[in-house]
Amino acid sequence: MQDDAASLISLHGLERTFYLGDSKVQALRNVDLHISPSEYIAVMGPSGSGKSTLLNMIGLLDRPDAGTYLLEGRDVTTLKPDEQAKVRSERIGFIFQSFHLIPRLTAAANIELPLVLAGVPAAERARRVKQALQEYGLTDRAHHLPNQLSGGQRQRVAIARATILRPAVLLADEPTGNLDRATGEEVVRLLEALNAQGMTLIVVTHDQALGARARRQLRMEDGRIVSDASDVGDVSAAATGSSG
Amino acid sequence: MKALDNLRYAAGSATGHLLRTGLLMLAMSIGVAAVVILTALGDGARRYVIEEFSAIGTNLVIVLPGRSETGGLNPANLITSTPRDLTVDDANSLLRVPGVKRIAPLIIGTTEVNAGGKLREAMMIGTNEDFMHVRQMKLSLGRFLTRDNIGHGSAEVVLGALIREELFGTANPLGKTVRVGDRRLRVVGVLSQGGRGMGMTTDELLIIPVATAQAMLDSNTLFRILVEARSREQIEEVKSGVLKQITQRHDGEEDVTVITQDAVLETFDKILNVLTLGVAGIAAISLAVAGILVMNVMLVSVTQRTAEIGLLKALGATADSVRQLFITEAVLLSVTGGMLGTALGYAGAALLRQIYPAFPAYPPVWAVLAGLGTAIVSGLVFGVMPARRAAELDPITALSKR
Repeated sequence: MQDDAASLISLHGLERTFYLGDSKVQALRNVDLHISPSEYIAVMGPSGSGKSTLLNMIGLLDRPDAGTYLLEGRDVTTLKPDEQAKVRSERIGFIFQSFHLIPRLTAAANIELPLVLAGVPAAERARRVKQALQEYGLTDRAHHLPNQLSGGQRQRVAIARATILRPAVLLADEPTGNLDRATGEEVVRLLEALNAQGMTLIVVTHDQALGARARRQLRMEDGRIVSDASDVGDVSAAATGSSG
Repeated sequence: MKALDNLRYAAGSATGHLLRTGLLMLAMSIGVAAVVILTALGDGARRYVIEEFSAIGTNLVIVLPGRSETGGLNPANLITSTPRDLTVDDANSLLRVPGVKRIAPLIIGTTEVNAGGKLREAMMIGTNEDFMHVRQMKLSLGRFLTRDNIGHGSAEVVLGALIREELFGTANPLGKTVRVGDRRLRVVGVLSQGGRGMGMTTDELLIIPVATAQAMLDSNTLFRILVEARSREQIEEVKSGVLKQITQRHDGEEDVTVITQDAVLETFDKILNVLTLGVAGIAAISLAVAGILVMNVMLVSVTQRTAEIGLLKALGATADSVRQLFITEAVLLSVTGGMLGTALGYAGAALLRQIYPAFPAYPPVWAVLAGLGTAIVSGLVFGVMPARRAAELDPITALSKR
């Protein structure tokens, strides 16, 4: 087993069960996983294998029924909801398949939202939003509403929003799922560039080609991690499979 | 999250969802305006009745000839109902009853009035100089009747405003002679326009001295005696004093009925109470309707926005920030909607008064406050309650609700 202190993320015996009517769905079964800083990981597997649930767990959007989750050596499963909100705000960026932009806010206002929620002063916000718009090539789209933007532009706004607070972990759930091939490629390159700057990147995808680009690939089936492969001799690309 | 940002986000949310905001404003305005207008109508009716009754004077005790039996049919009634006349002397004797301030004898008949070739029918009242004070009438020209110490009756008449207009137009009628029935009377005064009371207007009246009227109508008995007590507290004392005095003068027989204005008002009080209850009922139903409308719009909108709540939480918003956003928005919407409704209601009531000037359709303050309060409270409760629940959800549960 890995040293928890050296890992960015350590999951031990994570369990999650959903009840859909009478039937019981075990989305996660005894998952153990260690992730080091600035890794690039793809999580793959069939629908219902639990890969989105795993991502939501890591993003603190969902709570496990059992097991522990250490983020930067700190047990975050036992934190109060408001402390978890603070962790989400400061350490985690989320990118969704359907973008989840607020339709009535302009691109700039959507990007600004995490700063507003974190209580950053207005002048500082304006400076950082301007910089982000520049970085993502959205300056001339700043005052457009989401429905006036193309799919690729929307996902760029979503990425700018997820990274405006410089999180340690960037979580992307099917980031190219709603985009055409060329735009998807552009978005992936953007995410990889962020990873190259040191941001840990975890991508959930159906797309084999996209998954193959990651340095480490996790395969999930039926709530278990069934394979964990590293292309490159990465320092910490080790993980344990499940043991049922 | 800073307060100003909170306000800006909430205001943006209100103006960003125009359909929802519009529906909510509509529901609130209709609810509050309905309460304001309906209670203005109900309360206006109540005021109208009260004003009609106070217009006949204050602290009045009224003497009617004859005994009104309430205990079934008395065989004596079949033979005679008014054994003795109620006379002017009876009336004048009442001035000696303690607590009596003024009296006005009253005799009524219809007659023809004729001046300059113009003829019309009119109601004629024979009374004395105090009638004007007892009935709180106002003059527009000249003077009222003068004191008639001898009891012969002078040949004077005071005209109602409409009669004056029809007979004389804009010319000055003072000192002119009119023919009333078979007599020639001199016009000494004209009543102000718009006097009323008991559903009767004074614009079409002729007022002449009681002795003159008695001679013209060839009658000795009075129609009524109006007695004004010195104060409200003395009304009961005056009532029993008056009854005793008349009974004494009528050889110990109690052959008159004495009623007080308060008693009349009390009778009507029952009706007025039912009216007030009706108004309260109408207001309560309008309020309930307004509350339900507001509740529906709020519930639908919060369900629609659960995904937004999930997103805000995913972006690092605390449950507190989410709640504050929704409370701020609910306050903004409720207060604006309530104000709009109140303004609409007042405008509606003003329009009613414009159309029916005699009808005092002023909304009562309690109804306005209750309407405004219910709208705001229901807006807050049904805006905040579901938002609170949504704020407690795990972000992923909220986020996946679309």
